[in-house]
Amino acid sequence: MAEYQNIFTAVQAVGPVHHGIEHKTESTRDGEPFLVHLIGRFGNAQIGPIYLGALGVASIFFGTLAFNIMGFNMLASVNWDPIQFVRQLFWLALEPPAPSHGLGLAPLNQGGWWQIAGLFLTVSILLWWMRTYRRARELGMGTHVAWAFLAPIWLFLVLGLFRPVLMGNWGEAVPFGIFPHLDWTAAFSIRYGNLFYNPFHMLSIAFLYGSALLFAMHGATILAVSRFGGEREIEQITDRGTASERAALFWRWTMGFNATMESIHRWAWWFAVLTPITGGIGILLTGTVVDNWYLWAVKHGVAPMYPAVWAPVIDPATLQGVTP
Amino acid sequence: MNRNFTMTLRLLLLSAAALLAGCERPPIEVVQHGYRGTAMAEIYNPRTLEAQAPLNQVPPATAPATPGGPAAALVYQNVQVLNDLSVGEFSRLMVSMTAWVSPEQGCTYCHNAENFALDDKYTKVVARKMLQMTRKINSDYKSHVAATGVTCYTCHRGNNVPANVWFKGPTDQPTVGLLGYRAGQNTVSTVANGSSLPVDPFTPFLLGSEEIRVNGDTALPTGNKQTIKQTEWTFSLMTHMSTALGVNCTYCHNTRSMSTWETSPPQRVTAWHGIRMVRDLNNQYMEPISNVFPPHRLGPTGDVAKSNCQTCHQGAYKPLYGVSMLKDYPELAAQRPSLAPPSVGSPAVDAAAKSLDVAAK
Repeated sequence: MAEYQNIFTAVQAVGPVHHGIEHKTESTRDGEPFLVHLIGRFGNAQIGPIYLGALGVASIFFGTLAFNIMGFNMLASVNWDPIQFVRQLFWLALEPPAPSHGLGLAPLNQGGWWQIAGLFLTVSILLWWMRTYRRARELGMGTHVAWAFLAPIWLFLVLGLFRPVLMGNWGEAVPFGIFPHLDWTAAFSIRYGNLFYNPFHMLSIAFLYGSALLFAMHGATILAVSRFGGEREIEQITDRGTASERAALFWRWTMGFNATMESIHRWAWWFAVLTPITGGIGILLTGTVVDNWYLWAVKHGVAPMYPAVWAPVIDPATLQGVTP
Repeated sequence: MNRNFTMTLRLLLLSAAALLAGCERPPIEVVQHGYRGTAMAEIYNPRTLEAQAPLNQVPPATAPATPGGPAAALVYQNVQVLNDLSVGEFSRLMVSMTAWVSPEQGCTYCHNAENFALDDKYTKVVARKMLQMTRKINSDYKSHVAATGVTCYTCHRGNNVPANVWFKGPTDQPTVGLLGYRAGQNTVSTVANGSSLPVDPFTPFLLGSEEIRVNGDTALPTGNKQTIKQTEWTFSLMTHMSTALGVNCTYCHNTRSMSTWETSPPQRVTAWHGIRMVRDLNNQYMEPISNVFPPHRLGPTGDVAKSNCQTCHQGAYKPLYGVSMLKDYPELAAQRPSLAPPSVGSPAVDAAAKSLDVAAK
């Protein structure tokens, strides 16, 4: 006999596949939906029907172009050796132009490809954003997902477009590559005097960790009361059942305060979107408005001084008579 | 339910093992190196140190030379640099140098067995320059080597060529046609601890004198034009220094502000002088003897072997853990006044001069 498990999905209810509701406007959906048991262990077992439409097709087209430009440049950088391509994949990158090229078009093999790939990737992402907006409207939904998606797009555009334009050169932008973009991140913080003293970076971290915490609290709460029907959250918003009552009382007892079945989702949505929004503001201010965050923090009383443990150290470059 | 639980446990263990595969296992030793609670600490893996320790031991010193005796330059011919040594000191130093640099090949690695005074082996010409370099370090770079000083062994450790030298990388030309621009980075950078940082930070900083500092000294922008890309080059050099010394960034920097000197550990001043020292040695002692070396001793672009932090430090915070060999070899401390009358015109010297001409040609 099947047991009820609420950490891993062990039971799959299999019913007839469905094509979904009627669209507001006429748009074709392709393919007969089908069920995949393995997929059902993680989410809904049903795959399809598929709808790509003009926006989806155009987005995938530009995204594939960008992906291939990056990939072939990486492959060329290891002399077209497929083995080295795999071995060094995490180290390889498509690098933006040198700062000396300013905001102009760089020669193809000195960052020009980065500019083209960046343009195509941006077009692809914006088209996909339009698709999420339009699909939501077609289904009669709110557009919360699209606006939430716009938050990381804002961060992406700050890193690769707005900030480089304000700084006056594409060399300030991020390379496309796994380790190289992490090195860029570390170098960015070092160059601008430690990003941890950037208050918007602090906010972004608070929202990021807060998002993870809220997600865990909410997920755990719903799983814990699913034996009382707590997973039917939407119904419980208007018709508060015993699951909702117990969950609410649990948090009042342990935390002194509780969200509601509805407001917890607003908390989650705002924490999630504020992570990249505040992060993007912090990055946009770096180099354009503030050049050294540590000194900024000292100036505004954020960074305390600690008792000295060494004899005072003086910059040797400022001393007279020091060898070279 | 039991089966599910074991499955889950196995999965968790497997993924934990996969995630931790790249990590060093505990215990790790942490040594506080700054004000408490500020994460100013050095992290050491005792197993790495254990493996490293035997490689950084000082060899026993050769028995001291009997004092007195005639000047080496009066007994031997063509003694150009060590003319301030007595014959006893001279022989002792030659024996020690053989043990430090060419223990297998012996005297004839540098000397012509027929006539030791001849300069016809390039190794002898190089050795002479290196003796001058050693004395330069010990006399003019006390800011870096203090009274501990260096000897040939500090770098050579029994090898003809020190194990850790560097050459310029092949020039960063497009690999094929219009694709594959790397900007000097984005491959496994062995000198920067296997990161994807620039692969050759030495040419700009330890041969050239490009600006290493990237931070501005004002909170708001007031004209600091250093870029993120330049920062990556500095980052690469600093990562090299960290791995070469086996220390964290916090050994020299209070990482809350990499650039602020007032909050930095005093080691940073020593390192600052070290950078200037290495730059000076590469330009004044290595580059000028480029044409003395045979092609197989040169790098892929035909440049001479040069030094960086790793050449001496070899993974230790101080080379040979700060044990001074110089105190047993005071002859290497500085150039002293010559004991021999100036310009000894002897046939051997003339022959040597001729062979040098040949070598240069």
